[in-house]
Amino acid sequence: MVHVALENISKVYPNGVRAVQPTSFNINKGEFIVLVGPSGCGKSTLLRMMAGLEEITEGELSIAGRVVNDIDPAERDIAMVFQNYALYPHMTVYNNMAYGLRNRGMGKVEIDKAVTDAATMLNLTELLARRPSQLSGGQRQRVAMGRAIVRNPALFLFDEPLSNLDAKLRGQMRIEIKALQRRLGVTSVYVTHDQVEAMTMADRIIVLNGGRIEQIGTPAEVYHQPASTFVASFMGAPPMNLLPARYNGNGRVHLSETVHIEAPLQANYSGDISLGVRPENVGIVGASHPDAVRFDLEFVEELGAGRLLHGKVGESGLIVHIPHTDPIPSDEVYVDLPKSALLMFDPATGARL
Amino acid sequence: MAVMTDTGRTVARSGRPVRWSVVIDHAILIAGSLMMILPVFAVFISTSISDVEIYREGLNLSLGPHMAENFDKALFLKGGFTGEITGSSMLINSFILGIGFALGKILIGMTAAYAIVYFRLRFATFAFWIIFTTLLLPLEVRILPTYEVVQGLGLANTYTGLILPLVASATATFFFRQFFLSVPEELVEAARIDGAGPVKFFIDILVPLSRTMVAAIFIIMFVYGWNQYLWPTLITTDESLFTLVRGIKQIIQNLDGANVPEYGRALALAIIAILPPVLVVVIFQSWFVKGLVESDK
Repeated sequence: MVHVALENISKVYPNGVRAVQPTSFNINKGEFIVLVGPSGCGKSTLLRMMAGLEEITEGELSIAGRVVNDIDPAERDIAMVFQNYALYPHMTVYNNMAYGLRNRGMGKVEIDKAVTDAATMLNLTELLARRPSQLSGGQRQRVAMGRAIVRNPALFLFDEPLSNLDAKLRGQMRIEIKALQRRLGVTSVYVTHDQVEAMTMADRIIVLNGGRIEQIGTPAEVYHQPASTFVASFMGAPPMNLLPARYNGNGRVHLSETVHIEAPLQANYSGDISLGVRPENVGIVGASHPDAVRFDLEFVEELGAGRLLHGKVGESGLIVHIPHTDPIPSDEVYVDLPKSALLMFDPATGARL
Repeated sequence: MAVMTDTGRTVARSGRPVRWSVVIDHAILIAGSLMMILPVFAVFISTSISDVEIYREGLNLSLGPHMAENFDKALFLKGGFTGEITGSSMLINSFILGIGFALGKILIGMTAAYAIVYFRLRFATFAFWIIFTTLLLPLEVRILPTYEVVQGLGLANTYTGLILPLVASATATFFFRQFFLSVPEELVEAARIDGAGPVKFFIDILVPLSRTMVAAIFIIMFVYGWNQYLWPTLITTDESLFTLVRGIKQIIQNLDGANVPEYGRALALAIIAILPPVLVVVIFQSWFVKGLVESDK
């Protein structure tokens, strides 16, 4: 069931900069959507247009069946969690959460119930009388969440809410937010530049680049079937290997004059391509393997759970991820680029073939 | 605080040796303080001796028997041409001027800065610089036209006439503008989503956030208003509206015939006139520093 619909939404700033190209997508009820992309890709602008903090230049936005283009943020039935928390410094935690409800003319008893419920859910009960300055980063973030929850909105908007926290807390809050969203079943849009957050939290990821949608899909789709070289290299750490190669339509991919492997697909295309393969899909094989490709190992990065082998195939760099149980191969190394894990991209447009 | 500085720590660690730089620093500070305090102290002590003695010997540093009497006269003896005004009534007038002046400036400065910073006005920056350039036109420069206008409005010899022409303030507007610019944008947006309109945001969020700033500006402006001399002299001819700063002169001027001016009373009045600004600064000084240095956002 479509809950939020964007139709050809675009944003042009008064100085003529087009921050968001005409963009359309639908969000289903209860879905957790993550907008991800590098800084300046328009993800925050898109979110702020949904919040009503930026005017929509063109297009139509509807939330819960109502066109909200010209409706005030307060009337849109949304709640937003900001990057810097944006808590009112002079108010207690309780008042921070109650402020929006009071402005809506809700009764004292109801406010009290809503705030206490939210506080219980977020483990904030003991902190209700404190000021934001007396709280830790994680607690502040929870208060910001509480302020959003008490409103029971139709749509949650998160603007990089975890980027001010340290790595450990970020991992923990990630789970908390996701769990909370599951429990409340509130439709959510979450903006981040961190692909790990996008992968772990999203029901569907929208990858943005240069104000344009590169791909919409589940985390698995975006990871394994990236629509473009941009998505392939943005998602995943380390990113997907992209090797320059040639495809001649004869079912073989030529990595060099002498090295060629079986192509993953029959495309009506011939010329230069980018051959994509995830580091964990590359296998170390013996020299006798039919598709063995010589790999010049340069150095090994120890990750604990696994290892990254950095090296070269011909002239182009390749990263191979091997489990920690495998031995570090000695000088003569051959790798296998399995056909099922290969993707071909048009190097000019970046689009997948 | 001194312990926190580098020199302080070195002394604490190394123990005995006398650090000459510390001694010299303190000597300079103490000398400076004495230079500022001693004259006031001399005035204070001199309120205890008789007018004749002051007339003969000038300020005195030995205590005499007349202090209580002089202060009593200063505060409660009726005087002036009408024989109706007392020191305490002038004190009240000074308070009305000081507080009205400070509050007026804060109110005007704050609302003006709010408009300039938070509303998309076509000529906001231009308006701000216009306001800012009025710093080049202090009251003394524009005093005649101002007097004409106030007089024409029939506000001479009223508290309104005393205060109103002074409250427009580029300084306060500037301070508040700088402060508002440092308030994070996200706070405004959070408030918008929380359903707070412009007025609500101003009252519920911005005013409480600015309280240290308000305190700092209040102190500056109160002292400034309290010490106003030229404008009150010009616009009030009715003695019941005289302020302390102006009234002191009146007492000493009553030199007629063989009478010795009431020096003791005048000096006591001077001490009384100094006290409120000093107290305001002493009481609010921690706020003052906080307001100008940091902000709790």
